[in-house]
Amino acid sequence: MIPETIQALTAQLARDPGSLVFLPLAEGLRRRGQLESALTVAAAGAARYPEMAGAWDLIARIQSDRGEGDLAFDAWTTVLRLDADHIGAHKGLGFLCFRAGDHSRSLRYLQRAAELAPDDQALKSTLARVREITGARPVPGYASPATDPLRAMDSEPDQALLVDRQGRLLAGDLRDAEGRSAGEAVAAALTGVTREAERAARLLGLGSWRRISLEGGPAHFELRTPTIDSVLLLTRGRHVPAGRLGMLADRATAAARRWLEELR
Amino acid sequence: MSLAETLSEITRIPGVHGALVVSRDDGLVVADALMEGVEGDAVAALAASLAARMRGVTTALGQPEPVLLMLAGTDGTLLLAPGPSGLLLVAVAGSDVNVSELRLGVLAAAGTAF
Repeated sequence: MIPETIQALTAQLARDPGSLVFLPLAEGLRRRGQLESALTVAAAGAARYPEMAGAWDLIARIQSDRGEGDLAFDAWTTVLRLDADHIGAHKGLGFLCFRAGDHSRSLRYLQRAAELAPDDQALKSTLARVREITGARPVPGYASPATDPLRAMDSEPDQALLVDRQGRLLAGDLRDAEGRSAGEAVAAALTGVTREAERAARLLGLGSWRRISLEGGPAHFELRTPTIDSVLLLTRGRHVPAGRLGMLADRATAAARRWLEELR
Repeated sequence: MSLAETLSEITRIPGVHGALVVSRDDGLVVADALMEGVEGDAVAALAASLAARMRGVTTALGQPEPVLLMLAGTDGTLLLAPGPSGLLLVAVAGSDVNVSELRLGVLAAAGTAF
């Protein structure tokens, strides 16, 4: 990143301290080797957005670059608490454990990362090397579970919908009672629901809103916000227990968050 | 059972800060049992507005209105149970409430009140 870009991002952050521009700015500083400044910017961002996994991942990478393995380990553990399927955190922790000589633990993290990113060739090679070192061999006939929730959404189509804050469709679809596509209509109905929920939660002293659950006649619904500008609606028939639907929604939310981060 | 008795069945649950019956069309309070500091009018208006918005979702899917809506926040929970007569049963609770108990209490109360 060129110095002019760093300057522009710094100015933008000074104008609007709540802006998410701290992410590219801290990343840019990290890549330029200005680790002290990068850490200051990332830490301020994480303090403002303590539940943003990406902010903690950035802190972990900066601390890893600074040789502060223990602190990086803590930061990546925080990432996994916020997003159990964060690929970067699994890779980072795998790397830290490997560096510390804890090869079997490293293998577990890297294996999980490889399940989440099956097309990452570099990760595959690393995993193979660590397997060789630990003497681990895959069990014949064992197939890794399909852990990517977006794939799970694909395998059960028309049961999840991802829309932006303006109610524009981003991914997925839902069917109405007649079996017709209702994604666009539902997306429109969801317009402003985030603001409404935020307002209700704030004014009623409920803190930050986490989810809305709807128990219907033939189906139940879970509504989540993978990012501040998106809404995920997941539905299943009423035979699916509420707790399981909640878990499915958690996984789909994490997958949607990753997908959106990659898109950006 | 009177509305007041129905509401007190809900507010008896530990962690519940208040319960109300709200008119869905205009978001006005019909009956309430609230702890001090809970603004009944605000709760009623917000609950009615949220219920209307979520009703839009199920309508778009050609499905009946939900029987229960739960908004979960970091510090508490709001539960709504729409009734057939244009009323809405609402409960506000802190984060220490037993959500399963509250859910059952609200559904039972909605069955009694409506």
